[in-house]
Amino acid sequence: MSEHSHSEGRHITSYTTYFIVWVVLMILTAVTVYVSYLDFGTFNIVIAMVVASIKATAVALFFMHLKFEDSITWLFALFPLGLLFLLIGMTIVDTFTRILL
Amino acid sequence: MEQANIEESHGHLHPMDPEVEYSSSKLGMWLFLGTEIMLFGGLFAAYAIFRAKYPEMFLEQHQELNREMGAVNTCILIFSSLTMATAVTAVQKGRKMMAGIFILITIICGLGFGVVKYFEYGAKFSHHIYPDTSIFFSLYFMMTGLHMLHVFIGLVVLGVIMVLTFKGKFNEKYSTPVELGGLYWHLVDLIWIYLFPLLYLVG
Repeated sequence: MSEHSHSEGRHITSYTTYFIVWVVLMILTAVTVYVSYLDFGTFNIVIAMVVASIKATAVALFFMHLKFEDSITWLFALFPLGLLFLLIGMTIVDTFTRILL
Repeated sequence: MEQANIEESHGHLHPMDPEVEYSSSKLGMWLFLGTEIMLFGGLFAAYAIFRAKYPEMFLEQHQELNREMGAVNTCILIFSSLTMATAVTAVQKGRKMMAGIFILITIICGLGFGVVKYFEYGAKFSHHIYPDTSIFFSLYFMMTGLHMLHVFIGLVVLGVIMVLTFKGKFNEKYSTPVELGGLYWHLVDLIWIYLFPLLYLVG
């Protein structure tokens, strides 16, 4: 599906691959909108975030070419996510474990 | 020290290995994207706290937002990401004209996104909804506003890259700026992928 070329061995993603990724992204967008009309209680937000994360992963892996990058790039891409979870997680833990006077 | 070396290499005193320059440019871009994620991270944290604290408010007030417009903008932005990705492939294959046209389509989509957002904000203001209306709308205007700012910056960057692409500055041997501009544009898309369900599709 994707072809390897170039003297340097750089990876070029084919138009077809991008098109397929785009179709997947559109289907997942439709799923997100559809699910929002159903009532799963608190699971609505969980489903929405899981679908959004699948979409984000597809964008990062293919559109942003992460799938074909070396391990140091992966480190640079994933490290902020760790910080993000720390930021959001710790803020939540802090806020909801306070004993209000 | 390293900084000094890089400066020198741009002054053509010690030409840097193109491969090293290519991979370090991309790595630098990823580092920058990481700081962008943290910039939005603070707002996402605020969103999480206030949504957990006032779920009814989020549920009730998000209905003021126009889902259809949000969904249309999501499609526009994802499509623009596709055309940006194909622009990179085109330039890597040496198809300069095609790459330029793909970037042009990306820019048109970005402008379309801005137009839809303009009408959305206009509708909010005409309903007397402002950033100080409530916590939900504070977050809405702040998050979409900061995102919109990124769209504008992206459009300026892509505009420059498009002109240079049409001028034939990039080819199969040197496509770094197109790839970096693409990375930035995809991040803008990526953030919107989260903003859309969080703001428009609550519950």
